[in-house]
Amino acid sequence: MTIQTTKESNATVVTISGRMDAMTAPEYEKTLNEFIASGETSFVVDFQGLDYISSAGLRALLATAKLLKTKGGQILLSNVLGTVREVFDISGFGTIFKIKDSVADALADIG
Amino acid sequence: MTFDTFRCPANVARLDELVAFVEACADRFGLATKKKFGLLVALEEAFVNVCHYAYKEGEGDVSVGCGADGDAFVVEIADSGAAFDVLSLPDPDTTADLMDRQIGGLGVYFIRSLTDQVSYRREAGQNIVRMVFRHTEEPLQ
Repeated sequence: MTIQTTKESNATVVTISGRMDAMTAPEYEKTLNEFIASGETSFVVDFQGLDYISSAGLRALLATAKLLKTKGGQILLSNVLGTVREVFDISGFGTIFKIKDSVADALADIG
Repeated sequence: MTFDTFRCPANVARLDELVAFVEACADRFGLATKKKFGLLVALEEAFVNVCHYAYKEGEGDVSVGCGADGDAFVVEIADSGAAFDVLSLPDPDTTADLMDRQIGGLGVYFIRSLTDQVSYRREAGQNIVRMVFRHTEEPLQ
């Protein structure tokens, strides 16, 4: 898994590629926690390059989203596609996250 | 029925090696790409369960066998921990909203959803979870 972050005017865009599994998900959580600790409250997590996600990946996403919610922040997902999308659908995670077709759409939604 | 077997300490750090082993086995079998994705998720969930819960005190091994059984691809995950049927766990509530959502049970739910057939047996001091993936049916919705 590789994580790339870009600071936009209204949010931090986190681009994830590769595999989000039991080995790599803690790295996602750690990265996001550091941004949250430094005061960032709005995130767009882009899954364009994500090939694989398991329950460990969903666990990390959920933990981060819950933490943000307690701080009045928000997290949007973009490009949740293919097999990753199917994992979201099976688990019902497709309905608890705000999912947009593109990073641009997500940033526009944050406003 | 000939199985190739991968044996390693029950440690999540070995996941990549295990995935590479089983994926190569599934490719030799000719499992469809979409089916293989479901297999790899179910495999990770079963392996991680063993790593986290099979050996409460001390360490132990996990043994993963895979291969063809007739026209189906079969993966068996075995540990030597205390008798426990992971399939006895209830399904999670997949409709709860964000703050009420619990992650527990999701791994087992994926194992059930992404396999064509899954079963548990206790045999010779081992817990064995057997997952079956057929050529024909697509397990993903």
